[in-house]
Amino acid sequence: MSVEGTSQAGARPDVAPAAAAPAARQVKKIRRLPVQKDLPLGVTIAIQVGILVAAIALWQAAADRGWIDGFFWSRPSDVYATLIKFFTAGDAWTDIEYTFGSTILGFVLGTAAGSLLGLSFWWSRNYATIAQPYMICFHSLPKLALAPLVILIFGLGLASKVAIATALTIIVSALTTYAGVKALDTDQERLFYSLGASRMQVFRKLVVPFCLPWIISVLRVNIGLALTGAIVGEFIASQHGLGRAILYAGNTYDIALVWVASLVLSTLAVAMYAAVSWLERILRQGIKQ
Amino acid sequence: MTFNMPAGPFAALAPVTLAIPQGRFISLIGPSGCGKSTIFNIVAGLLQPSGGRVFIDGVDATGTIGRVGYMLQKDLLLPWRTVLDNVILGMEIQGVPLNAARERALPLLRRYGLSGFEYLYPNALSGGMRQRAALLRTLLFDTDIMLLDEPFGALDAQTKSHMQEWLLQLWGDFGKTVVFVTHDVEEAIYLSDQMYVMATRPGRLVETIPVPIERPRQRTVTLSSEFIAIKERCMRLLTEAHKSALEEAA
Repeated sequence: MSVEGTSQAGARPDVAPAAAAPAARQVKKIRRLPVQKDLPLGVTIAIQVGILVAAIALWQAAADRGWIDGFFWSRPSDVYATLIKFFTAGDAWTDIEYTFGSTILGFVLGTAAGSLLGLSFWWSRNYATIAQPYMICFHSLPKLALAPLVILIFGLGLASKVAIATALTIIVSALTTYAGVKALDTDQERLFYSLGASRMQVFRKLVVPFCLPWIISVLRVNIGLALTGAIVGEFIASQHGLGRAILYAGNTYDIALVWVASLVLSTLAVAMYAAVSWLERILRQGIKQ
Repeated sequence: MTFNMPAGPFAALAPVTLAIPQGRFISLIGPSGCGKSTIFNIVAGLLQPSGGRVFIDGVDATGTIGRVGYMLQKDLLLPWRTVLDNVILGMEIQGVPLNAARERALPLLRRYGLSGFEYLYPNALSGGMRQRAALLRTLLFDTDIMLLDEPFGALDAQTKSHMQEWLLQLWGDFGKTVVFVTHDVEEAIYLSDQMYVMATRPGRLVETIPVPIERPRQRTVTLSSEFIAIKERCMRLLTEAHKSALEEAA
């Protein structure tokens, strides 16, 4: 606080000469550095929970009093009852397992194949140049629009969902990994060659470890994309899965079930995102060692 | 070691012949673009000369890699490897088992000023320390010839002078043939047995200046009349080369 006093005292003599010679210098407005104070963590969480509770309460009250149509909007009490039923009498676990399975399979396949594809461009500049337009075309293509075709080719089972999830993830991984390959310092390569390295040695000891951060950086994006792919596959045609549950509930006007399945799906998404973030952190530490 | 190099399509280098006796410390000095790095790349086999040959121990080594240790101005240490594992890179590439390579490298790291840094990652090191690691990597590659391309160019003056002493110690201990590129006239004289002054457009050799100052050299040698005479001659050559290049351009 004493600092404040001195800065004011220091400002005053500054103002005086400026006022004496107004033509030469404009009087400056005195401003303070804007300071933001952080709320304590407990208060932040309390506010967050409060907003959620208030929203649910408002929803319930609105539906009960007829402000909104309870048939189309459903209401929290119905959603809760359906949630219990979904897990006890319904096939919640089968659906979760199905969606989870196709997402993870698509994620792993797409990320692995995409990374390998991106790395492979290091081996030949000609090959990379020839492949470029195809990569960009495939990247800008709305792949979900091709989903009905994928279902026709791969059938109604898990394979078609995995295929869509893979299609969505593979290109992102490939392009990002290729960006890593392009960022490689040519001097670094020259150093390896000056030490008499073979191309395989340069690839294994330089290119792969150098590109790893790029490969890892897409993991979190890819898990979300893989889930989207799996859900869209289920929307189009499927026997199981959370996506299919949502579509089915919507078609039969079981709005509470739409909410329940969406809620479970979001939880699954958050869980997978957290798991991948954790994996990413472990891998990053692994690289350093 | 001999090379004759006729000009490439851009005449980067006029025909140049260098013969470097074993165990000598020689310097190439000249303005940017005089082809010092081109010579290094050709000797290291990273560039195929449009004409001319590289002989190492009388054997034609043109266009073959892994024959000489080559250190670029950037240290190029791999950030995901410890200092120790960076230093053994050359041996590793040559197929020396990892443990054997580490055993060989450890005492050298300790003797040459990297004690306590062995298991750190390069980003924890200062510029001088990183250059030391890079130089030891070149040394441990175990070739008789080391090409050093402005290794101390990016260091501050004090670190630079420490590194020069350190390099001379290393050179004395291992008896390698060193070819050193620098912009710094004083550095070149202080370190070398012989200097080659180069000029641009096309890159060519202007003069060979022997440095007959006795070794070991003290820092104060830079103040001796002998040293200053060499320096003067050298700087005159460089200024002339610069002037003629300007005239040609005009």
